[in-house]
Amino acid sequence: MARIGNPHDRIDGRIKVTGDARYAADFAVPNPLYGHLVISTIGKGRITGIDDRAARAVPGVRAIYTHLNQPNLQPAGFFGSGQGQAQQSWRPLAGPDVKFYGEIIGMVVAESILSARQAAAVLGVSYEAEDPAAIIDAPGVTVEQLPDVGISVGDVEAGMADAAHTVSQSYETAPNTHNAMELFATTAHWEGENLTVYVPSQWVKGFQIGLAGNLGIDPQRVRVLSPYVGGGFGGKGTLFTWTALVAAAARDMKRPVKLYVTREQGFTVASFRAETRQDVRVGAGEDGLITTFAHSGRELSSRPDTYFVNGAENTTRMYRADNIQTSVSVVHADRQTPGFMRAPPETPYFFALESAIDELARGMNMDPVELRIRNDVDHDPVRGVPFTSRSLVECYRQAGDAFGWSNYTPEVGSMADGDELIGWGVATSTYPTQMAPCAVRVSLDVTGEARVQVASHDLGTGAYTVFAQAVHEKLGVPVERIRVELGDSRLPPGTIAGGSVSTASNVSAIGLACDRILQRLGAQGGQLEVEAAFESYGQTGIEEYAEWIPPAVSGGGRGSLHAGGVQIVGGPEESYAAFAFGAQYVEVRINRFTREIRVPRIVGAFAAGRIMNEKTARSQYLGGMVWGIGHALLEVSEVDPRTGAYMNDNISEYLVPVNADIQQIDAILVPEVDTKVNPAGVKGIGEIGIVGTAAAIANAVYHATGIRVRKTPIHIEDILPTA
Amino acid sequence: MIPFTYNAPGSIDEAVATVDPMGPAGQGGAFLAGGTTMLDLMKLTVVSPPSLTDIQKLGLDEIVQEGDQVHLGARVTMAQAAEHPLLRDGAPVLSEALWKAASPQLRNVATLGGNVLQRTRCPYFRDNVSPCNKREPGSGCAAIGGINRLLAVLGTSENCIASYAGDFANALILFDAVVETERPDGGRDIAFDALHLLPQDHPERETVLEDDELITGFRLTVPEWARRSRYIKVRDRESYAFALTSAAVALDMDGDTVREARVAVGGAATVPWRAEAVEDFLAGQALTEEVAMEAGRIAFEGAQGYEHNAFKIPLGQRTVAKALLDVAAIDQTPTGGGSE
Repeated sequence: MARIGNPHDRIDGRIKVTGDARYAADFAVPNPLYGHLVISTIGKGRITGIDDRAARAVPGVRAIYTHLNQPNLQPAGFFGSGQGQAQQSWRPLAGPDVKFYGEIIGMVVAESILSARQAAAVLGVSYEAEDPAAIIDAPGVTVEQLPDVGISVGDVEAGMADAAHTVSQSYETAPNTHNAMELFATTAHWEGENLTVYVPSQWVKGFQIGLAGNLGIDPQRVRVLSPYVGGGFGGKGTLFTWTALVAAAARDMKRPVKLYVTREQGFTVASFRAETRQDVRVGAGEDGLITTFAHSGRELSSRPDTYFVNGAENTTRMYRADNIQTSVSVVHADRQTPGFMRAPPETPYFFALESAIDELARGMNMDPVELRIRNDVDHDPVRGVPFTSRSLVECYRQAGDAFGWSNYTPEVGSMADGDELIGWGVATSTYPTQMAPCAVRVSLDVTGEARVQVASHDLGTGAYTVFAQAVHEKLGVPVERIRVELGDSRLPPGTIAGGSVSTASNVSAIGLACDRILQRLGAQGGQLEVEAAFESYGQTGIEEYAEWIPPAVSGGGRGSLHAGGVQIVGGPEESYAAFAFGAQYVEVRINRFTREIRVPRIVGAFAAGRIMNEKTARSQYLGGMVWGIGHALLEVSEVDPRTGAYMNDNISEYLVPVNADIQQIDAILVPEVDTKVNPAGVKGIGEIGIVGTAAAIANAVYHATGIRVRKTPIHIEDILPTA
Repeated sequence: MIPFTYNAPGSIDEAVATVDPMGPAGQGGAFLAGGTTMLDLMKLTVVSPPSLTDIQKLGLDEIVQEGDQVHLGARVTMAQAAEHPLLRDGAPVLSEALWKAASPQLRNVATLGGNVLQRTRCPYFRDNVSPCNKREPGSGCAAIGGINRLLAVLGTSENCIASYAGDFANALILFDAVVETERPDGGRDIAFDALHLLPQDHPERETVLEDDELITGFRLTVPEWARRSRYIKVRDRESYAFALTSAAVALDMDGDTVREARVAVGGAATVPWRAEAVEDFLAGQALTEEVAMEAGRIAFEGAQGYEHNAFKIPLGQRTVAKALLDVAAIDQTPTGGGSE
């Protein structure tokens, strides 16, 4: 098998660009009604009255749901607590209490979208409002220490006292909202006792099981379809609060109900990346060897739910250290429950780590690349187990050569060019190699047609193509003759599209199924002559169902696969430590008058085991780095602390990079063989690209200006001379 | 969106007779041109006009030279104006202010008449919930004390700090432009720098336009030396973002010395903001970096910063300075018509 797979064009590319790929909102249902959510306009308190006279008078209005006539729904199980599949622990419209600004407090159902929106706009809601504690630093938040989460190795206090060079700093990261291009459209269609739901989902199996639980019906009666997803980024990973509401309304009305969540509503009714506050301490000897590392985080969550990401679990695996200590606390505030967003733990925590390492390098006048190479390790510093493979140093070398790091001059401002201040910065990328139980069905017939079916997902990442390539490699059938079916909860339970598990898990399972087909045809190890093989087999087609269960999955994994459970294993937890690694080099240019920060060049090198498809992998890396630029310089969900409202709840003021912001960008795919991680030899690549980018940019900003910005996003005002 | 009546009259007379009284705070009727702001605000129910009077059949979509003046029809699109040689070559500041605004899709439909009336992007105006004197006179201003990073530092009052969001107006104001309007009882000319009203005690009154008054076009005088002009727009990202600060500058230079300067600032003020004190200061000065920085300082005299936007004062000063130096550095090789 090639270490870097064929850069096959996306097999779904044509239908996507011609509009034939159907997303959730594109599915037509007979004679639908339209729903529109009503959300709270206070940040905390209770609803004291609903005046729906004007709303009911709007022509075409069929129903108005509020807590006063809530549909009969069972409570949701909060995914983050391991109790279920939902994004949060509560069900909508459960009572008059308002937990946060923008909470769902009602839903209008009408004959048209316009009628539903109009009625929602004139629905009278009176409140008894309280002052919310809506941001992480607000008085009135509740801080929950997590005693069972944390690492303690050696003696950090002694290590810091003995260190020749130390850094002790605090870092902040901002709340971010996914803002996928595709809005959260949801359609529920009952046919008798059977429910079909069209909803953008990164986990159709989980949505099916969770939704059946909400509705109190047999999961066999629920089908969730999400064949294409217009951007997920983690925001479509767990069951949305309103899904059951739409389904219940459709049941009541005896007609399909179609609902669109507006861009503005998407800021509060779904999840987000929570803000963090982090403290990092690093101690090193005269030789630059790190002896001591401490990393603690405070993360915002909602009042009822404890959601946290604890990226210190992975920052501790990057460099050598004898004394290690980590801790996490959750700050319960009056906001919605946060959730996954690309590299949930690593994005914020590596901003802190890789900024601190740069500060350490500055403090000891050492090249920041050299410092990192010097502290590279071949075993996990926490548990002492070996890495399955680790190509961090090679990534630094290859990306550094491509970037031209040998021309780096370390003095602040030394690389200025006319009115442009220039800064260079580097940072490490990583993502744990994770896998999950996965079942697939593969078929092959005498005409040479093959098909793979699995309730996994393609979020635009290239999964359709890569899964076809996996079948092609095993069976030899041309990719063009392999049909891939995804995003349907009726298919064998695949994986949640999260934790970068998809390729490793699905390709491993596909491999198993294909091996069984070859075995039945007596063709293992050799070239498959399809027609001849079927001739002697005595049948014209074969269908194989196979489950791949990662060895580290404990006994319950198999059952939970069919019951809406997720058991993700890998990373630092097993007898090996399994991670993908990368290195990013960036150049920033800053006009000396106006101080706009631009990134004309960025080079990343990544080693992630076997790469299935060179082209789609490169896209993943580039997309991650682009997002990293946005995370560093643009993205912030602005919360008004007085109300808890997101004040930039649109894509005009919630800024992400546009084409003009991205100039030279390159991803180098560093070949790596890893036979230990899984049968496919694949490490996940979906998330690593964003990790470290923000720190590399902050480090470059320091190099250009001498100003160390320890927060994201880095804005003009953070580096504007005050004189 | 609340249902409304739609009219598409065939003549200006009919249009101004048809429109429902527009009223303050934009809560009455409205003319519809490109609709890029109006339809947004209607979807958010920030404005809910009982009727829209579409002016698409009225023509008003030409750019013509009339003697030493340029005439711009009110329905000329931003894209059309940005690409027109009279602006692109004759006064780059006008063309740049247009193409640095919005996105190509928006510029293809948004019109000049609508653009100069673009409503603020103040989030407290747009959220339809917070106290906002512009949206609901007398209710207060939630932007003061709130998330106001994008809002104004010049021309504010205790009642409103909403920034004027457009770009083109900040350049148009340099050229002693006149706004041509029509009403049922006849038309009038309004000096462009008198079109917009400071918020003062009545932020809901944004312009001097009457309840049934339609902008039909603009006349401006573009001096030959306006070829030496630029629009500098500072923003967090490179494109498709509102200005944090901007500066429109045109310079008539005699060697290194300024003969005449035209300077306006954007992104930082409640209305299009011509900096006449800066123009007076610069006349006769050799344009060094120190002079440029001093000009920037003068432009922001009297500015008032709020919780998150005080940085706009030093940033705006630097933006003016950079714009002046950039314009002074433009190579003015004679192009045939010039005298230099």
